[in-house]
Amino acid sequence: MILKSALWGSAAGVCLAAGLATIATAEEITIATVNNGDMVRMQALSPAWEEQTGNTINWVVLEENVLRQNVTTDISTGGGQYDVMTIGTYEAPIWGANDWLVSLNDGMADDWNADDLLPAIRGGLTVDGTLVAAPFYGESSMVMYRRDLMEAAGLEMPEAPTWQFIREAAAAMTDRDADINGICARGKAGWGENMAFLTAMSNSFGARWFDMDWTAQFDSPEWAETLTFYLEMMAESGPAGAANNGFNENLTLFQQGKCGMWIDATVAASFVTNPEDSTVADQVGFALAPDTGLGKRGNWLWAWSLAIPASSDKQEIAKDFISWATGPGYTTLVAENEGWANVPPGTRQSLYDNAEYLAAAPFAQMTLDSINSADPTAPSVQEVPYTGVQFVAIPEFAGIATQVGQQFSDALAGNMTAEEALAAAQTLTTEEMEAAGY
Amino acid sequence: MARAISTPKKIMWTALAWGVGLLIFFPILWTFLTSFKTEATAISDPPVWFLFDWTTENYSDVLARSNYPLALMNSIIIAVGSTLLGIVIAVPAAWAMAFVPGKRTKDVLMWMLSTKMLPAVGVLYPLVLIAKYLNVYDSRIMLIVVLMLINLPIIVWMLYTYFREIPGEILEAARMDGASLGKEIIYVLTPMALPGIASTILLNIILAWNEAFWTILLTTVDAAPLTKFIASFSAPEGLFYAKLSAASIMAIAPIIVMGWFSQKQLVRGLTFGAVK
Amino acid sequence: MATQHSRTSARIMVAPAVFVLLVWMLVPLCMTLYFSFADYRPLRATFDAWIGFDNYVSFLTSDSFLSSVGVTLQMVAGILCITIGGGVVLALLLDQPMFGQGIVRILVIAPFFVMPTVSALVWKNMFFNVDNGLFSYLWRFFGAQPYDFLSQAPLFSIIVIVAWQWLPFATLILLTAVQSLSSEQLEAAEMDGAPPLSRFWHIILPHLSRAITVVILIQTIFLLSIFAEIFVTTNGAFGTRTLTYLVYQRVLESQNIGLGSAGGIVAVILANVVAIFLMRIVGKNLDN
Repeated sequence: MILKSALWGSAAGVCLAAGLATIATAEEITIATVNNGDMVRMQALSPAWEEQTGNTINWVVLEENVLRQNVTTDISTGGGQYDVMTIGTYEAPIWGANDWLVSLNDGMADDWNADDLLPAIRGGLTVDGTLVAAPFYGESSMVMYRRDLMEAAGLEMPEAPTWQFIREAAAAMTDRDADINGICARGKAGWGENMAFLTAMSNSFGARWFDMDWTAQFDSPEWAETLTFYLEMMAESGPAGAANNGFNENLTLFQQGKCGMWIDATVAASFVTNPEDSTVADQVGFALAPDTGLGKRGNWLWAWSLAIPASSDKQEIAKDFISWATGPGYTTLVAENEGWANVPPGTRQSLYDNAEYLAAAPFAQMTLDSINSADPTAPSVQEVPYTGVQFVAIPEFAGIATQVGQQFSDALAGNMTAEEALAAAQTLTTEEMEAAGY
Repeated sequence: MARAISTPKKIMWTALAWGVGLLIFFPILWTFLTSFKTEATAISDPPVWFLFDWTTENYSDVLARSNYPLALMNSIIIAVGSTLLGIVIAVPAAWAMAFVPGKRTKDVLMWMLSTKMLPAVGVLYPLVLIAKYLNVYDSRIMLIVVLMLINLPIIVWMLYTYFREIPGEILEAARMDGASLGKEIIYVLTPMALPGIASTILLNIILAWNEAFWTILLTTVDAAPLTKFIASFSAPEGLFYAKLSAASIMAIAPIIVMGWFSQKQLVRGLTFGAVK
Repeated sequence: MATQHSRTSARIMVAPAVFVLLVWMLVPLCMTLYFSFADYRPLRATFDAWIGFDNYVSFLTSDSFLSSVGVTLQMVAGILCITIGGGVVLALLLDQPMFGQGIVRILVIAPFFVMPTVSALVWKNMFFNVDNGLFSYLWRFFGAQPYDFLSQAPLFSIIVIVAWQWLPFATLILLTAVQSLSSEQLEAAEMDGAPPLSRFWHIILPHLSRAITVVILIQTIFLLSIFAEIFVTTNGAFGTRTLTYLVYQRVLESQNIGLGSAGGIVAVILANVVAIFLMRIVGKNLDN
């Protein structure tokens, strides 16, 4: 019955769309974005901008990997299909260096205050003094944990834990009969999945991707220590299907109360504390990402940002939209409609000076501290020739890291040992870097 | 096989066949059920079957977030358009190869099929550059042509094997009566070949409908079909099983309904003349 | 029967199909061929039109190449085994007298209409997922530890998903072939006291051989280019990287168009080897 009416509805819709298609509007922009919660909210609120300006928006909302395929193909062929693209801190410097993105140094709205942006985030989106993308929301990573389970285990989470503590606490919290896993972390292969976690983690163990001559470092003792620690910890206290778990899977596990601790993006804080989706909303505590006492923490830095491809022929309107979506006015709009806790976090200092936000978001201070403690220019304890915390800002990285991630994921699934995975990673990284001319 | 069969035996076969049929159909049924659950019910332990509060919220959410009507219309236009265009080109070719076979006919047939083996991603950049050059990126016509070309070998093969089952004597008789080539095709051949053409059309609509590489990478908004619609629900933050199920059902429902209505024709066409 | 006149018109009629396929084959293929000898990496803004056979050498000598060919063959073979084995059984079953045959047939065909992306998503999330998948509930219900299909048996999992989609196709073709089997022949064999197994082996199976070759031919063509199922489920991890997927990684993930194009050309050549091999078998079977 419902299906039937859905079909009827869609049939009617087809006629409607056919009718509308004939009315052409001059000011139409196309925006490609990722289907994350905050972006979907932006889509839902965008009619406010459309009414204000009289322009209309074509939305292309896609899953992250498909989005990347689409926008990368478009920008590298100069396709000109999009006026605004959603990109991350990995793409921004590379594309910016190729002059594919429009400078946002000028032409933005008056109240869009670039100096209000958090320095770490702004720095990651700036190429030679030119801001090439406007951050929509920023994130670092941190520890989210269950206060009740921690208490039951007789432990207390320090504000800045060590990896050793995390591992011990995880083992103490684990109760496999009750389906509680002490630690949840990314295991799914991909440069933005397990490699984001592991690269950030390796920084705190003193490891690095490349030495100053761009030689791969997977044969270093630091990487061996990182990977072994990770594998052992996950084997002791991780969930059963860890090798397939990315952000989404872990979020669901945590919300279902199946994780004692979860180390992941700070942006998850608002999801796990939302009583509508999370069964453990009132029991969540936060701590900084762990370290090993070497001076670097295992937290990353990322910002989903809006950028204008140079191939767009509606750059002024696109700038107007970006000013709206990443400006202070949008924050207020979300707060009015959805409450302060749902405001896109991690981009502006003013948000963290806002008492209302601090009151509504218990995770605010921890998010800010995490973001501020990440340093893309000096990610590791050792000296490195690259920038980027959980990635290396070179075009080859995504391809290499995804393949390395597949080795590590295989090791997590128990299909190979840490040594084998590292050896394979070293070989393939060396091969690819040589092919790339390093 | 019109053999007399005892009722108990028939009941036994019925039970077995229904069991297997439901098992195969189960993933679709489960997706359908899940699409009416709330997100919490969708992942509840143990799973619930029918006794939950049925809600259509997922469908309205999905409809609110995306332009489903446009995607549906694009899917229909692209699938039907590419199939019809393919048929127009393939019918004469298949006719000629079936009734006037030359020395090279079989080589040509083989070669046609081998073009189907071009790995799509290998020609992605060339095709994107061509599309950009011709200014047809994100247009339905581009997708119609590309999907037609992808499926043309299959269309030709299906029609060829089907035409070969038509006895040649009938055509000769028509020719004796002085029918011209055009008349021969229109009045003699077409009526006999119609069921075969119909089933070829059906199969190719399905194949074009399900094509998910070019339809995603060669479109942005205007020509984006249901495959791209699905990509916006596939892996958001959090596992939205119920919403994903609703979107999935919306994407496959039209083609399943069409398939069910036409399954008899489909059965005939899929035989490829294998039955004799 | 073929006069000179009809031969000429036949050529004219074949011409459009041959022409468009030639264009389709040649234009993108020539461009791919051209790129395959170039150092083309758009993200580095590099375009060097001629670097000789470097791309081919690095594609063919990397460890991933041979393993991907192996994976591709295993996957195709696995899916063919399941769909043909299952298809024969299902066809024979559906041919039995029963109530509601039409509806059962519809139930069995349905998976064929599901988009590959959708079926991969459904299987991955709602069946294989180790925490919330239905299989895990089933395992736990019987007191077993949930099994992590996608990392422990990744190739098998993908084979199951694809086989589920293609089983209806095989069943349909085989079903019509079964239905055309003359019942006199079977009854005669039954009278002679031939046991069911030998009846199947000596009468039914030979009759189905032509239909089976058709299934193998058509499916192989589609299966060689499986992409969505791998992309959605494992992203090529756990040894599920097929040749098509490897080319995808080179082109879209590494953004090395030159290397990817060389891989594409290699894949075309290998696919044609398979095609010629298949045509040899099928050509014979389709001749009668």
